[in-house]
Formats: sequence, structure tokens, C-alpha cells
Amino acid sequence: MEYALQQLLNALAFGAEYALVALGLAVVFSIMGLVNFAYGEIIAASAYAVLLAVAVGLAAPLAAVGLAIAMGILASVLLERVAFRPVRRAPLTTGLLTAFGVSIVLQNLFQLFISPRPQALPLLNGLNQTLMVGPYAVSSLQLMQLATAIVAGGALVWFLNRTTLGIAMRAAAGDFATVRLQGIRADRVVAAAFALSGLLAGIAAVFVLARRGSVAPDMGFMLVLKAFVACVIGGFGSLAGAALGGMVLGFIEVGLLVLLPAEYGGIKETLTYCIVIALLLLRPEGLMGTRRELGDKEA
Amino acid sequence: MLKIEKLSVRYGTVHAVQDLDLAVAEGELVALLGPNGAGKSSTIEAIIGLVAAGGRVEMDGQDISRLPPELRIRRGLALSPEGRRVFAGLTVAENLRLAAATRRDRAGVRADTDRFMELFPVLRARMHQPAGTLSGGEQQMLAIARALMTRPRLLLLDEPSLGLAPRIVQRIFEVIAELKAGGMTILLVEQNAAHALRLADRAYVLGAGRLQYQGPARDLASDRLMSLYIGG
Repeated sequence: MEYALQQLLNALAFGAEYALVALGLAVVFSIMGLVNFAYGEIIAASAYAVLLAVAVGLAAPLAAVGLAIAMGILASVLLERVAFRPVRRAPLTTGLLTAFGVSIVLQNLFQLFISPRPQALPLLNGLNQTLMVGPYAVSSLQLMQLATAIVAGGALVWFLNRTTLGIAMRAAAGDFATVRLQGIRADRVVAAAFALSGLLAGIAAVFVLARRGSVAPDMGFMLVLKAFVACVIGGFGSLAGAALGGMVLGFIEVGLLVLLPAEYGGIKETLTYCIVIALLLLRPEGLMGTRRELGDKEA
Repeated sequence: MLKIEKLSVRYGTVHAVQDLDLAVAEGELVALLGPNGAGKSSTIEAIIGLVAAGGRVEMDGQDISRLPPELRIRRGLALSPEGRRVFAGLTVAENLRLAAATRRDRAGVRADTDRFMELFPVLRARMHQPAGTLSGGEQQMLAIARALMTRPRLLLLDEPSLGLAPRIVQRIFEVIAELKAGGMTILLVEQNAAHALRLADRAYVLGAGRLQYQGPARDLASDRLMSLYIGG
């Protein structure tokens, strides 16, 4: 029983982290049609900001959390301005290649100016403690991840449904040109989407730091790849789908970890993606996606 | 109020509109007519800034040809686009709220919302329904209400009657007549030429991207119009 509960929390915590990052990708994709593969480097930039703060003597964990989130927003908005805005009207593949280019450039900058090797950064390790809840030992970090994902998800839903900017973002996801016909500045809506996405990257960076206690140039890469898969499972462009896809991926991974005998642990990833492929064969548009008529889509 | 000089729109090597001069004075209802593919919608999209165009577009004597659409809206233009293009996933109320996004006069927005509900009573019952679930006629009414919500001084209507039942078309034209009576300046693109000419003060007829006729609407007798349409 304890084991099952422990694994359930594991799955929820993994799922929550994937869901957060997947939401960050989906917010931008739903409006711009851009898969921001430089998202992992935004997460890394947030973590490096904390590393630099510690290096100059600012070593308060709470300030580090704030700094990581602020850096996530700043890096995301900055990348939109210098890299993605100039190619906004270009074909989608141009945006995708730009994202890959930005990702490589940023990774190289981290390697060049800081170090290609992981740097220890134990500042936020304190977030990850074992708590005794009755007879159960649970990780405080996992509880925090779950709570944060729920709060962030709720706040996102509120923002998208209750604020004019949020409503504009939902409208822009369907028909950007007509949003501009309401007198709403296109640049502002896009910048808001990137800011939101960066905020989620900052939160993700805090969790990654708390878990691994170090920073590395490629620290965000695998996470963003997983989040991309989560988006595909959920239906690309759908925010609810991204959150659900993240959870589904978390449950698949932890489920396999539990079910597979230890000596077959190596094929966990293989089986994960087999299940993902099976899901997509059943629902090619993703769990929450809708089939899009691309024939009359505005360029 | 609106003045267009030597407007040209090209898609690749195809000239959709060539050297078009057009003007709309305050309080006028001007009809822009022509057969399919004549360049009517391209003209409208060039005026509002959705397509790149050569030539000059002036609003109140100021050149707005280089402004993005959102700033042209702020200069007092508004478009009810062809195909209506309401935000299908948003409720009727949210559609209207977005159109009021640049306005700061909350009381005015509320008053306008009430006024549009009177103009289009069918929308009142559907305020909290996704716009995508509305009928074509209701969506057209929402598209017009949404355009009016930005407080335009010049309203561009692109094919407001397209694909609608005759009874609904009648209602749409009644509304346009009411707007004109209220002093709204309107540029109306319409396939249904007879309907449009009954309301319009002046008309322009396009054919293959070029101006074929301009003058008072009442002078455009139906036989003349027919020959313009079939290129005689």
C-alpha cells in the first residue's frame, strides 16, 4: 500500500513537471504555431542566473526562486524580440529552425562563458526533503511540484478566461489577423505568450535545480523533449491537452518503472514511446486535439 | 474622410487591384460592387492593412498606408470581414469584450453592448454561448456588432449578406440602413448589387481589378450594371 501510494505520488510529480513545461510550449505554439525548441535553454538560463547570483554572494533560496522566474520571463521575451519576431511571417519551418539555432547558440554560450561541465548548485536542495505524513515518507519537492502545477494551471485558466489579454490570446490561437482588427497590438499578445511561457520555464528551473543540485548547458533538453511528447499526446495547441499529456507521460513512465522487473529497466524508454505511438495511432490528433482543416488556413 | 489613390494589390504576378482611386465622404454610404474576383475584398483588406498594397490610403488627410491594421483601427476604421470570422471558441460576450479592448470608457462600452443587443436581439440570449455555435446570420450580426464596438467613424462591411437566408439578408440590410440613418459612414462590399444600390449614395464598380464605373448609385441602372458585370 505504502509502495503504491509512493509510486502514485511519483507519477503525479513527474506528470506535474512535464505538464508545466508542456504548457509553456503549448502557450506559444497555440498562438504562433512555433515549437520553441530553445525552451530548454530558457530553463537553463534561469538556473544559470541563480548560479551567478550565488557566485556574487546572493544565496537566499527564496530570492533564488524569484530570480529564476524573473530570468525565465526575461529570457523568453528577449528571444521573442531578437530571434522569433523577425521570422514571424516566414513559413513555420523557418521558425522551427530558428528555435534550433537559438538553442545551439545558447548552449554554446553557457559552455563558453561558464563551463561545459555541470556546476554544483546545492542552494535549492533544501526544497527536497523527506517528510513523514503519518506512516508515509514523501518528498516535499514532489508535493510542491504537484501543488505548483495545480496552482499554475488554475491561474492560467483564470488568466485566459477572465482577462482581456488572456481572451485575446485565445482568440489569436484561432485567428491572429482578426485579433488585430479589434485594434489589439499583435506584438503585445505574442510578447505576453512568451512571458507566460518564460514564467513556467522559471518555475520548472527551480524544480530541476532542487532535484539535481547542479546546472549544465543541456539541463533542459531532455525535459523539453518529454514536454514536446506530452504536447503531442495531448494534442498540439491545446493547453488542456498539454497538461493532460504531461500527466499521462508521467504515469506511463512511473508505471513502467514499477511493472518492469529491474533487469529490464533499460527498455523503459522504448516501451514508453511504443505506448505513445499506440496512443497516436488510436488518436492521431492527440487526446484533446481537434482535427484541423488546413486547406483554408490563413498564411 | 477616406481617400485612396492609385491603390494596387498584387499576389505574385497577379494584379488583384490596379491603380484604384476611391473616396468616401463623411456620412456617405458607398457601395463597392463587382463580380467575383474583381478585387473588392483585396481593396478592403488593403484599406484595413491586412494585405500589402501599393499606392496611398488616407484617413482624414493623413497617410495610413504604412500603419499595421491595429493602428488603422485606432484611427477610426473597422471591418466586418468576409466570412464573418467571429472567434468561434469565444463566447459572444468575449467577442464583444475583445473589440472593446482599446476603449477606456467602461460606461460607454456597457451602453454600446446594450445598444447592440437592441439592434440584434438574437444575440442577447446567446451572450454566454461560444460564437462558433451561432447560425450564419447570428454570426454576421455579431461580426457587425464587434466592428461597431471599436467605435469606428468609417465602417467597412465585406459581403455581409453572403450565404444567408433571404429573411436574414433583409434584416442585415435594415440594420445597415439604421446605421446610415444614425450618421455612420459606410463602405459596403456586396455581391447583392440591387440591395446595395438601394441603400448607397454612390457606387464604384470593379472589374478585373480596375475601376469600371463610379457615380451616384441611382444612376447605375440595372442594364448598365449588368453589362459591367459581364464585361460588355
